[in-house]
This record gives sequence, C-alpha cells and structure tokens, in this order.
Amino acid sequence: MAYLLEMQDIVKDFGTLRANDHINLKVEEGEIHALLGENGAGKSTLMNILYGLYHPTSGTILFRGKPVRLNSPHDAINLGIGMVHQHFMLVPALTVVENIILGMPRRWGLVDLKTAAQEIREVARSYGYDIDPFAKVWQLSVGEQQRVEIIKALYRGARLLILDEPTAVLTPQEVRELFRVIRRLAEEKYTVIFISHKLNEVMELCTRVTVLRGGKLVGTVNTCDTTKEELARMMVGREVFFQLDKEPPSLGDVVLEMDKVEALNEKGLKALKGVSLEVRAGEILGIAGVDGNGQSELAQVITGMRKLSAGRIRIKGRDVTGTGARYIYEQRVAHIPEDRQAEGLVMDMSIKENLILRQYYRPPFAKGLFLKWPAIKENAVQLMKEYDIRAPHEEFLAKTLSGGNQQKVVLAREVSTQPDLIVAMHPTRGLDVGATEYVHRRLLAERDRGAAVLLISTELDEILNLSDRIAVIYEGEIMGVVPRDRADREELGLMMAGSKRLKAS
Amino acid sequence: MTDFLKELTNFLAADVRTAVPLLLAATGLIFSERSGIVNIGAEGMMLIGALAGVAGSYFLGHAWMGVLVAALVGVLLGLLFGFLVVTARASQIVIGAAFNLLGLGLTTSLARVIFGVNTSPPPIDAFKPVAVPGLSRIPVLGEVIFHQTQLTYLALVLVPVTYFILFKTTLGLKVRAVGEYPRAADTVGINVYRIRYGASMVCGMFCGLAGAYLSLSLLNFFTENMTAGKGFIALATVIFGKWNPFGVLGAALVFGAGEALQYRLQAAGANVPYQLLLMIPYLLTIAALAGFVGRAVPPASSGRPYVKE
Repeated sequence: MAYLLEMQDIVKDFGTLRANDHINLKVEEGEIHALLGENGAGKSTLMNILYGLYHPTSGTILFRGKPVRLNSPHDAINLGIGMVHQHFMLVPALTVVENIILGMPRRWGLVDLKTAAQEIREVARSYGYDIDPFAKVWQLSVGEQQRVEIIKALYRGARLLILDEPTAVLTPQEVRELFRVIRRLAEEKYTVIFISHKLNEVMELCTRVTVLRGGKLVGTVNTCDTTKEELARMMVGREVFFQLDKEPPSLGDVVLEMDKVEALNEKGLKALKGVSLEVRAGEILGIAGVDGNGQSELAQVITGMRKLSAGRIRIKGRDVTGTGARYIYEQRVAHIPEDRQAEGLVMDMSIKENLILRQYYRPPFAKGLFLKWPAIKENAVQLMKEYDIRAPHEEFLAKTLSGGNQQKVVLAREVSTQPDLIVAMHPTRGLDVGATEYVHRRLLAERDRGAAVLLISTELDEILNLSDRIAVIYEGEIMGVVPRDRADREELGLMMAGSKRLKAS
Repeated sequence: MTDFLKELTNFLAADVRTAVPLLLAATGLIFSERSGIVNIGAEGMMLIGALAGVAGSYFLGHAWMGVLVAALVGVLLGLLFGFLVVTARASQIVIGAAFNLLGLGLTTSLARVIFGVNTSPPPIDAFKPVAVPGLSRIPVLGEVIFHQTQLTYLALVLVPVTYFILFKTTLGLKVRAVGEYPRAADTVGINVYRIRYGASMVCGMFCGLAGAYLSLSLLNFFTENMTAGKGFIALATVIFGKWNPFGVLGAALVFGAGEALQYRLQAAGANVPYQLLLMIPYLLTIAALAGFVGRAVPPASSGRPYVKE
C-alpha cells in the first residue's frame, strides 16, 4: 500500500531537549488519522515540521512517495498541506476574506475582495458552513473562527489537513458539527490528521491512531482493534482510572454569595450580566462554558482583581463589594488563576519566593520591613514535600519547572493556608494525566475538608467529574444551575451555546 | 472682503506648505508602523535627507537630483534601521533615539565640511512654485493647492497611491497582516522579515523626501537642526490620522495650520511673546493626541520584534 505521507525517523532537538525522537508516521490517503499523546508528547512539534514551521534535526519526509524538503509553510501549502493551529492563525483586525487570501498570489497583485468573497462563500456552502466573508475576525465566535481556518486551508487547495486539538474550544454540538465536516472531507478523499488527547473523540472519529509519549513513538494501531483503556495505557504508560472516587458532599453554610453582579471587560463592554450564584462550604460548583464568555471576569471580580459595575458580593456573609484583592484574600479566599505563568507565578523568582507571595508581609515570613529567610526556606521545604513539587531544591526558578510542578507550587501556596473559598480557573490546563489527577484529588480533598470550591473550566469532562452542581455561563449570563446527578451532557452543550436556558433552579 | 479672502488664501497656502513635510514623513511612517516597526528616528532621517538634498542639488546641479539623492540616502537609512531592529532585534525606541542624535550630529558636521562655516549659503537649484494650467485659476483653492512646488504635488499624489497599495493590493494586505499578527502571516508563507525590511526602507525614503522638501522647496539651503521637531510631529500625525493615508493628510493640515498660524501672528506683530506662539503647533499636537482622536488603535504588533521559532 502506498502512503500519501511518510515521516521517517524524525528527530527534532530544541537545545538539549529532544522533542521528537526517531518518530515514524505513515498516513494513507483519505483516512482520518489520530495523533494521540499528552501535552508535551511531541505532537505539535511533529506537525509543525510537516507544515514547514520547524526544520527537523534529522529524518526524511516522503509525500506521495517522493522525498520533499519543507523549508517554510509556503512549501507545505504548495504540496497541498493545510494546518489549523490550536491557537488560530487569523488576524483579528482583518476581515474573513482578507485572512483567507492573505499571502496568496492574486491577479495583478490586487485584492479582488468581491470575487474572492464569492468563491469563499461557495467553498463554505459546500460544507454546510455559512460565513460572512466581510465580517472582521474579532467579531466571530471561536467556533466560527475555526471554520474560517478550515475554509482557509481548503481554499488554498489543501488535500491533507492537520487539525491541532480542534475540539478544545468547542461545545459538544460544535464538536459534532466539526466531526460531520471531517467525515465529509474523508469521503471526498481528503486526508485528515487529527491531533488530540481525548480518547473518546479519537475512538469515535478516526480509523487509525499513532500514539506518542515523551517525544517517542509508542505505536500505530487501528481504532477497531483497540480500546479506550489500551490507548490510555499507551499514551500515559500506566493504568489510568477514569473515574474519581467521590463521597457525597456534606454541605455547610453559604460561603460565596453573588447578587446580580455586573462587570465590564477591557473593551468597556459588559462581560458579566446579572450573575447570581451561591457556593456552600463542602461543595464544588462547576462553571461550564466556552472560553471567553465571562469566565475570566467572573474569577477576577470574586478575587477582587476587577471592579463590579453593579451588584454585590458577600463572602461568609460579609459584604466585600468594592474592597481589594488583599482584603478578600484575608477573608481566606484562595485563587488558582487561569494562566499560572502570567498570573500565578513570578517566573524569574525561586520556588520559595513564589510560595510566600501571598503572606510575605506578615509573620512568620516578615518582621517589620524585613523578610525572615530561614522561615521562608523552611516553609518551602515543607510544602515541596507535602505537595510533591519535584525540583532539586527550593532555590530553583519557577520558570525551570514543568507545567505540572508549577501548578503544584500555585496549589501549595493557595491551598496550604486552609482557605474557606477556592476559586480555581482552568486548574489542569496543559497538564499531563498524572498532574491532572493530582490537582483533581487535591481539590476534592479541599472540598471534603469543608472548603467551598468554585471550579471554572472549559473542559466539560473535568466539570462533570468534579462538580456537585454545575452552572453554565454564556455571554456573561448564567444560563442555569443543575445538580451533577441530573446534568446531561447534551443539555449542558445547548446551554453553553446559548440556545437553551433553564428557569431559576 | 477681498482682503479677507486674500488673507485666507495666504494662510491656507502657508498651511499646505508646512503640512507637506509632515505629510511626507507620516506617509512613510504609515508603511513602517503598519508593518509593526515604530520609527521614532524619523526626525534624524529627515534631517539627513535635508542635507542630502542640498548636497545633491549642489554637486549635481539639479533640484531633482537632490531629491533623488535624499531618497536614496533615506532608503539606506531605512535599510540600516531595519537591520538593527528586525535582524539584530535591538529596541526600536533606543535605535530611533540613536538615529535622531546621529542625524543632528552628522548633518551639522557634514554641512560645515561641505559648505564651510559662517559663509553665506551657496546658490543651489531649488524648486519654485509651478501653477497648474487652468486649475490654478480657481478662486482660493487654485492658489492654495495648484500653485505649489512639484514636490508638493508629488506628496499629494502619493496619498491615494499609498491608500491603494495598502488596501487594494496583496502587498498592502501582507504589510497590514505582518503588523497585526506576524505569526499568522508566517504560517501562510509570508516572509515577515522581508516585509519589515521593505517597509522600513520605504519609510526611510519618505523621510528623505520630507527632508529634501524642507531644504529644496520650503527653503533653498540647509541650516542646522532645520527639522526642529517635525519628525516627532509626523509621528503624532500618524496617530491622529489613525494610520490611514487620507486621515494623515487631514492631520498634517491641522498641524500645519498650527504652524502657519504662528507665522501669521508673528508677522502681524501680535502683542504676544513669540516663544508662546512657537508653542502653538506642539500644544495642538498634545491636545489632539489627548482628546480628539478618541481611542486610536495602533497595529497590534507595533513595536514588537518578531522571533521566528
């Protein structure tokens, strides 16, 4: 059998880090081929090599049986390779049609927007997409932007389409719609490489799976010959438990109370519209929703990092509206921020310094204006042991740690003070399975200790696994709150897309 | 009434004359900033262009040769600027400041070497107003717009040309994309560095032209620091004009009016210290930037170097 694409013995080094270690990948024409692996397994690196963005340290690429050199995306595009990146490569300030024809040769070097728009509409329509070619990209939803990316690749004549974690940003309904289009493409002899770490999706959509782990090839299997459990074992290298053991919650008093809270975003638009929520001690309230629907602003108003434009927030009955981040923290509120590298840690500071960023101004870590280094060091040594932070010692800079260990530093700092309320946003984003499990267990342990936990995540599985109640946020509004045992994935998806709203429950 | 018309015509004609150097430099800066390079060295480049223009006309005997030399020198300056900020990834602000210092020092020294110290300026071929047949007879407007030097006409023609290039050609689309989101441009096979080099060179050329306008059209000799901050006002012009060639034309006329007003008031012997009048264009700049523009949104990657992975 001749393959459309063969990547042979691909090695890619970044300095001393070997991101791809002798990887082989063979893809047949017209198949949907999954590239499965955890974060950091080397999937994106391999695909960036195929798309001409990286140059392999060694190895060969055969396309339609012939060896090819891919020096830039230009070469890849000319061969008919298209890629939809995880972070979309669209210019927000430009229109859809400008983005799609960007960099393509046009007659006389002129941008004939009307003709192009017509052609784009036709391509879009043949896949059941309806897009306005003259809309500015920043006005589009994430799902729409992804469609623009797919059409952009097809319009450029791609026959092999690489989709890098395409479902991470979609609602369940949008995922189904995407799968429909991918299957349509495969029927028409397009070839799709589907990068994912979600086993259900891979099993549902793909014909064959190539699994990477730690930069190495684990193997390629047919989805019909394997099981989810086996794939998980290949991906992680050990048994994985899909279900967390969870005791029923023992509810206490109301800890967080939000009453018709409104807030503006950076553009001065309303990001939160009349949000009313309650979280009790001993429960996890999950906030589900597609990225960018007000989640960041929600976490920020609760932790005192953003002003409210209306409404009230009470913590343990005390009105904290209009107070600041330190006042709220001193009400025993912990915050696991969405971007640990930008907001959770100071990357150029050591572990021990990062661990006292909350309490640096009071004993035992400070006396008057002076820091007490012995106490700071002792604190770090103890927390590193307790939270399994793997680093040679406490002087290591935060930026040298892996994502999982960075998150453990944040977790240790925030949770070790036994807070009454924990606001956790995307607590496992970008972490591998082991670290994810660890964070989940910690959050559950905090809930069982009696903390109120507000868990904001775009991963519906995470929300369903951990939460006792689930609220869905859409365009800054709470669409409804359902108890976990009555939550239905389908219904949540509709609420996430804004097409269904529950009566106050 | 005729007196008033005459006064108005004179004022507007002076406005156009003072606006043109701002317009030329700002047009160049549109290319540069749209591609993501902030060039605060425009002042220095203009100054070098002014000297190059005079020297070119002096040695080669023709005003247009002066313009050509100024443009070429500008292109070379843009190339150097591009190398420093794109390839060497030096801070655009520091390099821009360095160009300003370089421009002042270099032109002062070279002018003394070429033309001597304390001598009266040598006679050189410079531009004189040329009336456009027919059109210059239109009342007021004819005198204001169609009785100017050829460089003025060139500057005005370059406004729609720039607009066309930026918004109607694939090249312009590439420039805009590179200034907004260079990585996205990279992934569709656009050479980000080449675009930025090109934009920087075009910007240098326009700054050279702006300088040549000062020394060959507005005046016909070179004096030390003759740009007197016009390069900085050109930067403000770009912001006030919202990175759009026609917007920049309007902004240049507003700032030019400030300067023309100052001359008028001085000439009319207004009973105000002239130092205060000299402040008018700069006050106008600050007021415009602080208040009237609303929120001007610069290209998203303006000022940021691009590192290919």
